[in-house]
This record gives sequence, C-alpha cells and structure tokens, in this order.
Amino acid sequence: MTTIADPKAPRPSRPGPTRRSTHGNTEMVAWLFMRVSGVILVVLIFGHLFVNLVQGEGINAIDFGFVAGKWASPFWQVWDLLMLWLAMIHGANGVRTIISDYAEKDSTRIVLKSLLYVATVVVIVLGTLVIFTFDPCPPNSPTDLLPSFCER
Amino acid sequence: MSTAPTAPARPAGTLYRGREGMWSWVAHRVTGFAIFFFLLVHVLDTSLVRVSPEAYNDVIGTYKNPIMGLGEAGLVLAIVFHAFNGLRIILVDFWWQGTRYQRVMLWVVMGLVVVTMAGFLPRHLMNVFGGH
Repeated sequence: MTTIADPKAPRPSRPGPTRRSTHGNTEMVAWLFMRVSGVILVVLIFGHLFVNLVQGEGINAIDFGFVAGKWASPFWQVWDLLMLWLAMIHGANGVRTIISDYAEKDSTRIVLKSLLYVATVVVIVLGTLVIFTFDPCPPNSPTDLLPSFCER
Repeated sequence: MSTAPTAPARPAGTLYRGREGMWSWVAHRVTGFAIFFFLLVHVLDTSLVRVSPEAYNDVIGTYKNPIMGLGEAGLVLAIVFHAFNGLRIILVDFWWQGTRYQRVMLWVVMGLVVVTMAGFLPRHLMNVFGGH
C-alpha cells in the first residue's frame, strides 16, 4: 500500500531561489520589450509611411536623390537607425515565438531559430553600416541622379 | 430521469475559443510574420544606395508598377492593423478594465483601420495609377 504524504505536513525548503527557473525573467523582459518597442514603432513607422508614401508625390518621388536628401540630416539617420533596430528585434522576437509554438521537433526549432538569428544580425549590421557609411554624392555618378546639394 | 446529460459548453482539449479574441490573435500573428519578411527585403533593397544610384533606382523602380502598388496597399493595411491591435493588446495587459473591454476595443481598432486606410488608399492609388 502506498502512503500519500500529508499535503499539510511541513517540508524541507527547496534549496536556492524560490522560483523554479530564472528562465521567466528573460521571457518577461522580451514580453515587456514587445510592448515598449511597439509603442515607439507605431510613431516611427507611421511617420516613415507618411513622409515616404503620402507626402508630395508619394512613392513616385522615391529615388536615390530622395534617400540621400533624407540621410543628409542626422534627424532621419537617427529615426531610421532606431526604426531598423527596434523593428528587427521586435519582429525577430515575434517570429521566435511563432517558431517555439509550431516547430515541435527540437532539431527543427534549433535550425529555424539559428537561421532567424543569423538573418537578423546580418540585416541589422548591414542596415546600420549603410546608414553610417552612405555617401550622398558618390563620385563618377550621373549628376541628374544625385541630390541637388552635390557639387558637380 | 428526464434530464439528458448536456454536452460541455466549452470545447475540450483546445485553447482556441474562436470569436474576436482568437481571430485578432491570429490576424496579429499573420500580419506580424508578413511584415517581418517584408522588412528583411526592404533593408536589402535600401542597402543598394551603397552600391550605386543606378542600382537603387532600378530596383526601387520595380516597386512603382501597379501590381507592387497593390502589394504596398496590402502591406500598409497589415501594418496599420498590427499597430492598432498592438496598442489594444497593451491596453488589455496594462489597463485594469482592459480584459473587460477587449471585444469593444477590437471594433474600435477595425474602425481606426478603416479610417486610416480611407485616408491613405485614394492618395496612394492615385500615385500608383494616376499616370506620371
């Protein structure tokens, strides 16, 4: 006959922290990040869409000169840099959640998440380099493609 | 003796409960997933400014054809829904009345999406189809 321990009986306390894992902490930070970055991204992306797709001639105005004109100002450099980092991390964390939910095999999850993290880092690094190493007046380019402030 | 056993009101073995709560969650996932993959492509195409003005203008030119124009309208719709529904999720999580009004708030979200698209679509479609 098995005896079931009296649930009210005093037990020795578990060693270490009372929480079973510290995993919850990281997930809580991720959860909070989604909400904080989400609010900021609403402002950044709505502003981005308004300036690029609504104002003036909208999409027809977008060309090299348009981008060069924007990035001549530190305001838009910072705007786009913030948008790049926040949107990429926000999106990568969302896709990470989706992978955890639907990829049931350990190996599938590891492969998909590795691809996700590599793609995320590559795109963030590439985008950041482009914003900071961009030359609005590259030499030997046809002047009609360049912004008006370039000296010929 | 006349009362037959009644079927359980809730479906067993699933967390999917249908209605506004589940479908807004599905739509949030689908739009977020789609936006992320557009973002990957969008950073790559923008990076062409670092290659040459010609390379960038060539690729961005393909965004200006009518089919891509409709795709952009769909992308903006996805972004607008994801944005407003995201704010709704924040209210559900942090506002003490949030869970009580989550259903009403979804209809507010849909209203804001319609109003925003009503402002955006005519202008964008004129830019895309209006000749140039």
